[in-house]
Amino acid sequence: MSLAFDEYGRPFIIVEEQESKSRLKGIDALKANIAAGLSIARTLRTSLGPRGMDKMLQSPDGDITVTNDGATILEQMDVEHQVAKLMVSLSKSQDDEIGDGTTGVVVLAGALLEEASKLLDRGVHPTRIAEGFEAACEVCMPRLEAIADTVDTAANGHEELVQTAMTTLNSKIVHRMKRELAEMCVEAVLAVADLERRDVNLDLIKLDGKAGGKLEETKLVQGIVIDKDFSHPQMPKRVEDAKICILTCPFEPPKPKTKHKLDIDSVQQYQEMQEAEAAYFRDMVAAVKDSGANLVICQWGFDDEANHLLLKSQLPAVRWVGGVELELIALATGGRIIPRFSEISAAKLGSAGVVRELSFGTTHEHVIVLEGCAASKAVTIYVRGGNSMVVEEAKRSIHDALCVVRNLIRDSRIVYGGGASEIACSLAVAGAAEAVSGVTQYAMRGFADALDSVAMALAENAGLQPIDTVTAVKAAQVASASPQLGIDCLGAGTNDMKVQNVREALASKQQQLLHATQMVRMLLKIDDVISRDEDP
Amino acid sequence: MFGGGGGGAAGGMPFGMNVVPSVLQQGASEDRGEGARMNAFVGALAVTDLVKTTLGPKGMDKILQSTGGDVQVTNDGATILKSIHIDNAAAKVLVDISKTQDDEVGDGTTSVCCLAGELLREAEKLLDLKMHPQTVVSGYRLAATAAAKALEAAAVDHGTDVDAFRVDLLNIARTTLSSKVLSQAKELFAKISVDAVLRLKGSTNLDHVQIIKKAGGSLADSWLEPGFILEKKLGVGQPKRIENANILIANTAMDTDKVKIYASRVRVDSLTRVAAIEQAEAEKMTAKVNKILAHGCNVFINRQLIYNRPEQAFTAAGVMAIEHADFDGVERLALVTGGEIVSTFDDPSAVSLGHCDVVSEDMIGEDAVIRFSGCKSGAACTIVLRGATGQLLDEAERSLHDALCVLSQTAVDTRTVLGGGAAEALMARAVDELAPTVAGKASLAVEAFARALRALPAIIADNAGYDSAELVAQLRAAHAAGDAEAGLDMNRGTIGNVRALGITESFKLKRQMLSSAVEAAEMIIRVDDIIKAAPRARDNPHPHM
Repeated sequence: MSLAFDEYGRPFIIVEEQESKSRLKGIDALKANIAAGLSIARTLRTSLGPRGMDKMLQSPDGDITVTNDGATILEQMDVEHQVAKLMVSLSKSQDDEIGDGTTGVVVLAGALLEEASKLLDRGVHPTRIAEGFEAACEVCMPRLEAIADTVDTAANGHEELVQTAMTTLNSKIVHRMKRELAEMCVEAVLAVADLERRDVNLDLIKLDGKAGGKLEETKLVQGIVIDKDFSHPQMPKRVEDAKICILTCPFEPPKPKTKHKLDIDSVQQYQEMQEAEAAYFRDMVAAVKDSGANLVICQWGFDDEANHLLLKSQLPAVRWVGGVELELIALATGGRIIPRFSEISAAKLGSAGVVRELSFGTTHEHVIVLEGCAASKAVTIYVRGGNSMVVEEAKRSIHDALCVVRNLIRDSRIVYGGGASEIACSLAVAGAAEAVSGVTQYAMRGFADALDSVAMALAENAGLQPIDTVTAVKAAQVASASPQLGIDCLGAGTNDMKVQNVREALASKQQQLLHATQMVRMLLKIDDVISRDEDP
Repeated sequence: MFGGGGGGAAGGMPFGMNVVPSVLQQGASEDRGEGARMNAFVGALAVTDLVKTTLGPKGMDKILQSTGGDVQVTNDGATILKSIHIDNAAAKVLVDISKTQDDEVGDGTTSVCCLAGELLREAEKLLDLKMHPQTVVSGYRLAATAAAKALEAAAVDHGTDVDAFRVDLLNIARTTLSSKVLSQAKELFAKISVDAVLRLKGSTNLDHVQIIKKAGGSLADSWLEPGFILEKKLGVGQPKRIENANILIANTAMDTDKVKIYASRVRVDSLTRVAAIEQAEAEKMTAKVNKILAHGCNVFINRQLIYNRPEQAFTAAGVMAIEHADFDGVERLALVTGGEIVSTFDDPSAVSLGHCDVVSEDMIGEDAVIRFSGCKSGAACTIVLRGATGQLLDEAERSLHDALCVLSQTAVDTRTVLGGGAAEALMARAVDELAPTVAGKASLAVEAFARALRALPAIIADNAGYDSAELVAQLRAAHAAGDAEAGLDMNRGTIGNVRALGITESFKLKRQMLSSAVEAAEMIIRVDDIIKAAPRARDNPHPHM
């Protein structure tokens, strides 16, 4: 902490607890921040692209996650540094908004930071760098729109959508099943999509999973899956045309919240009470039965006696269903959540086509599936896989694929991946830079270099010579004026990304550029970091 | 590859600064590039080496001592891996994979771990040659597809031929059991487990097969009981044998029923009143018993306790009453006898009772048990295991469980393949044939895959104390000459025709082993960065107690 002293050599205390805080100013603060950001970007850089590597993350409890999904890696990395946290939220916002390209955005931000640091070394003022980057980014946006292609999502049984989803799944561990999973994703998205408004509510697609079984057993269920059993082993395992009574009150005598005591002092009263008790159960079950319900879903438990009465009245029941699931069921089946037995009525029941129990593998695990729900088109993708790591990673991969399909339905404009669009932008920025005089020109060139650096990372991860490959593609793009040429990461023998079906939603790419530029601009504006020292 | 292990935040500090920002939480660590790879490989290989000596018919056992001092003797890979606590991320992947194999097919837990380990060992060599991990992975994928295809082509299906299928099952059971503690009585146990599984008629619900362990006697004294055995005692003075039993299975309180209305209590002001209430209570219970008797049952089984007074009433009525059967017991009984689990007794006509021919009290060793024979649903059965010590019985149960799992899976997918390293050699040959046709460096990985497959028979031979290099070379030659049935004969230490020897394994098991192992290996090879979060602070100094 730098200090100011008065004429007697005593320090002026300006900041509270000044001695225990450290302060970085000016260029040092910038450099420190850039270094922190770079260290995050460097971790993710090797995960970029179809042949990117995975990271193994060990949680504080020793659980292992293996993934190459940028957002997941950063979320679980447990970072502490404030700037590193900014990078994490950068990737998270890309995840929330687009659901894909979470690694790309961080790698791009890292490349920009690296360029910024070079420019700082040459004495360029950070604000000028930020302005240059901003100008470059503005060049990129129209360029991206100009090179964008429109795909016909409905053509050929949505084949285009399936192909795009497959491209996303290619880099993941589930590649073995990519065709099946891609079709599943497209089917799921189309089931809930509002094609008129071109909107998809992904909340209606529930991703659920359980370790065990094979990836091949992953299923798309046209309805809701709840991980529960019927309350009595002998209840029917299948209810057709279900009328569902959704209860949040237990099948037990009421427990008034007012404190009270019920004193019994005669045999007669004792017998009356026994009668009353039995009547409670009878009335409860009768109330449900009379409403016409043929399935009970309850948030709480049942007394054994009630359970048996339910069985006898042929009312299959599910107990201990969590609040979130209960709400989902209510939404999907159009039922009302009923808090008291006295309020049960036929109008409040939800309805579903079939409710049945589904079992898996050797392990006698069951789930209950509600299909053909009346009110909404909720679907569930139920993931199975060798172990919990695979299941979790498969869920993340499917989520990415779902997002990609959704993005295409929202906006069918795409740009080509494999570094093609980055290189096209880089050429555009470099060209535009020539026309600008002053320091901005340097900053814009830096931006173009950063874009090249993303393409290089792709080539590097694929085991290719980065400089040779990227320059060759760049020259080819200029020569043929085709923005579809990218890096042939998979060794397919062609650089034409259209042929390889490697593409990204236009919106996704634009967001990446905008987010990364914004974040770097923000970092470049920080010139003072005051932080509390770690406790010794 | 630059910047080996421990690449801290600002690698190399090019800025001439005095502050290097640390990005991760305190206590967290990050391994990158070579460091991470080394870490992952060393961990995974250590686990493989740990379990590989248990592979095959001559595999060795391990003693596991828990922190509580309990001793387990086992050669079941999943059990060993479950019991050791590991702090290496990659090793945990292998543990997980073997656990899944256990859940899915029940056996082959050691093989899957060994194959994954061997694949990693081969991959490490390739990576040392500066091959890109992704290239190795793509080579492995090609090879795995070829191997799976060869395996599928070699599978034999006797599902339609009842007798041949039974022979298959017996062979599978013998093969599985020969590597376990039960190998001394494997004929007996093969027959027991095949009979038990065939009774299930294609269902994989092993709940129907109950295993009861009774110390004493020898393993050879174990038997398969076609009915159901409940480890409970009868009420005093009740009939010890009931023929043509009508069984009422209940889950109800048989003390004075607890009053379920909240906050009620009995308050009296004189002793006579107490007596009156007590009388009412007793009457209530008698009424309940009478209601139960009205169902016309002669055996009453309750999940909860039956107190003395109702027990007396049952005895007087000549009804056998069994109390405190645990929940599994009750459910299984309901399944076996076709009865319903009842909690209210007002309407006898609506309740279906369970039936069986004879319920009797019998002795196993020194313990009395209740035997239900001639049950309505014939699917269920009980296997009674006898053996010298508790550890032996535990291990026997694990082995038997493995065999039952494999058999029940085979009953669903009836295809079989050959064991004794024949299937591995067969797959290795198919992969070998693929290798020259693959262009590019991935071809090296394909070759490596074949070597890893052949390492499995080598381990089996090593464990049996034979010259593995010689035997595996012979095996390879035999397969190359077109003898797809050549495998290891570990009783004679030679190459033999394994079909003639009857060494058979389930196709599903082998396929699952192959795909899990490749998946695990791929997962570990693809890792280039290990980030460990700071361990959660614990108050307990012995976290694994």
